[in-house]
Amino acid sequence: MQKEENKEFTLSILTENKSGLLNRITIIFTRRKINIEAINVSETEVHGVSRFTIVVRSTHEKAVKVVKQIRKIIEVLGAFLYEEDEVHYQEIALYKLPTKMLTSSNQIENLVRSSGARVLTVGEEYTIIEKTGHSHEILSLLEQLKPFDVQEFIKSGRIAISKSKRQTVSFLEEMEALSLVS
Amino acid sequence: METATEISKPEKINQFEGTEISGAQAIILSLINEGVDTVFGYPGGAIMPVYDALYDFQDTFKHYLVRHEQGAVHAAQGYARVSGKPGVCLATSGPGATNLITGIADAQIDSTPVVCITGQVFAPLLGTDAFQETDVVGISMPVTKWNYQITDASEIPEVIAKAFYIAKSGRPGPVLIDITKDAQVSKFIYEYKKCINIRSYQPKPVIKPKEVLAAASLINEAKKPYIVFGQGVIIADAQKELLSFAEKAQIPAASTLLGLSAFPPDHPLYVGYLGMHGNYGPNIKTNECDVLIAVGMRFDDRVTGDLTRYAKQAKVIHIEIDEAEIDKNVKTDVSIHADAKEALQALTEHIKPNMHAEWLQEFRECEKIEYEKITKKEKFPESGQIKMAEVVEQLSSITDGNAVIVTDVGQHQMVTSRYYQFKSRRSNITSGGLGTMGFALPAAIGARLGEDDREVIAIIGDGGIQMSIQELGTIFQYNIPVKIVILNNNFLGMVRQWQQLFFAKRYSSTEMTNPDFIKIAEGYSIKGKKVTEREDLRGSLEAMMEHNGPYLMEVEVEKEENVFPMIPTGESVSNILLG
Ligand SMILES: Cc1ncc(C[n+]2csc(CCOP(=O)(O)OP(=O)(O)O)c2C)c(N)n1
Ligand SMILES: [Mg+2]
Repeated sequence: MQKEENKEFTLSILTENKSGLLNRITIIFTRRKINIEAINVSETEVHGVSRFTIVVRSTHEKAVKVVKQIRKIIEVLGAFLYEEDEVHYQEIALYKLPTKMLTSSNQIENLVRSSGARVLTVGEEYTIIEKTGHSHEILSLLEQLKPFDVQEFIKSGRIAISKSKRQTVSFLEEMEALSLVS
Repeated sequence: METATEISKPEKINQFEGTEISGAQAIILSLINEGVDTVFGYPGGAIMPVYDALYDFQDTFKHYLVRHEQGAVHAAQGYARVSGKPGVCLATSGPGATNLITGIADAQIDSTPVVCITGQVFAPLLGTDAFQETDVVGISMPVTKWNYQITDASEIPEVIAKAFYIAKSGRPGPVLIDITKDAQVSKFIYEYKKCINIRSYQPKPVIKPKEVLAAASLINEAKKPYIVFGQGVIIADAQKELLSFAEKAQIPAASTLLGLSAFPPDHPLYVGYLGMHGNYGPNIKTNECDVLIAVGMRFDDRVTGDLTRYAKQAKVIHIEIDEAEIDKNVKTDVSIHADAKEALQALTEHIKPNMHAEWLQEFRECEKIEYEKITKKEKFPESGQIKMAEVVEQLSSITDGNAVIVTDVGQHQMVTSRYYQFKSRRSNITSGGLGTMGFALPAAIGARLGEDDREVIAIIGDGGIQMSIQELGTIFQYNIPVKIVILNNNFLGMVRQWQQLFFAKRYSSTEMTNPDFIKIAEGYSIKGKKVTEREDLRGSLEAMMEHNGPYLMEVEVEKEENVFPMIPTGESVSNILLG
């Protein structure tokens, strides 16, 4: 049998907003020794419903099995597995540089402009640059900024929205109806 | 003031609706509202208010004081497996709660509905390393279907209703509710409403006709169809439906360990039991059938052996209520994601009557081979020490296969599964997925209390009995009429067998110096007898069965006996060893 290769997958999980869920979800990965690359939890447009966005590198088969296990968690409303091209996604990053680096040349300003980043704040000591985009773009800007003494760098987990037409509210209605089947 | 007996009458429970009561009282009332009349537990500081409330309900509600909390969960499991209703257990915080974990894990892997209620320290003390504070919600998370911590009394009715609903619906499992002591003592206005749905939980999948039709057409075309069924059939109460399905197209059927008792063992279509120590035909024919129809089973590795050499020639149909089990271990050609009862009914409608006489005959040939090579000399030895199999064979014939059989884990478990004829419904209670030694004695207690008038026999190894031997105390205190048979080989037999076969007979820490079990039973006023001679066996077993009350029999069996057939770990089912 051919071994399936690891790929990047985005899991999008709709849940009730209840405590303890993060733990319940992540132990499913831990138990199978799958490393979580990024995780984000946020509210949704529906009150009381949260969305977990998790990025993992895994085989398709493993990812599907994990998603099925996540769906079994009582408070999970739905769990969806996406490949790269099935979602619109973004990450956000902040870079802290000494302000004097900016004032001494316009190289940084050019980098900021050409990479679609922006200057978030300029202080006496340091300046913060903000960039939204895909991981590789954010990391490439980091590499370019490194010569200018990046003092701190931070990047968020992925947030993703699927390209499907499904709407959260109608999905919830569907789930509610199915939960009444007896 | 009303007396205790007056307030505890079931019809008077309604009088509490809308009145102010304590959290602890609400716990008891909620349980009664769920139809619970039996609980197993052990008191301690953090659960004392509940025990205090129990005092007023002693005639509606029977609490069995076990001797170790692990015994409480196993008893609850035995109760649930026999009755089909959730078993309930109570424990205090800290060590009481952690002692439950093995049983909870066991219930999780064997899909047993159990509701565990643990006391917890006062809410303001959470996270302070207070006396007997343990994060039991965290600890039990990987082994529960659902768990929840209550810190506010008013949540009690709703959470308990939800707990029962979750435990018993869909693929059943254990739930744990941790209740802080302040929530037990504070008062609120009690109102109970049963849980009928949770929007994020769809326990009953809607059957898809397309899947049924696809499965039916595979079955109709099949020359060598083969049914392998598991506990899902028992949980769905689909025994009759399975039988009609098999009979309509004359399909041979084999059981997993936990499926035993779901199909009449003397039926011409029943071919035996699957797995590492299962029957010869059922195992090798898995790799010869053309359509494998799996019903309510999960392709456990003890059933499949090496997956890369499992049923590769066959089209696989999987009927399963838990979607995560579909394509988990074995890739299916057609899956029916549904309740087994519903799926089998629908499928039976769409299959054509058929005959597979030659195919069935192949199983019968295998049976003959197995009988000559193994079964005959196991069941009916003429000389040498008593064999486990003959004890089981005798018990099976004395009870006509109608007893509830509770087994522990090891050789005696495999032998019992091979040789007992499970004829009565829900009569096979064993720890399958977790293989928990110490399960049988407390589970037998629960099994005996699960349904009236059922004869319960626990068959236990000399090792396993000592993992929960203290539960003889529970049997003694409540005079629970279970029959206990210790098959004593003075070894951790199953481990010794592996040492013999795979570790060059290096018997490292498997021989046991055992106590006088009969004397121990005597200490608990439980009648007992030790049998060492073949001539005594039948009569002694009959006397045990006739005895009114609990009974412990120790049978000295052959020390270094091996259980065969056997599929060595990692081997294909085709390479099953006959000795
Ligand atoms: C709690 C626990 N510990 C260890 C084991 C490993 N184990 C499986 S079978 C077995 C031997 C059981 O010995 P005994 O109860 O005497 O039964 P026998 O095999 O001799 O019939 C052991 C140690 C287990 N299944 N459960
Ligand atoms: Mg033994």
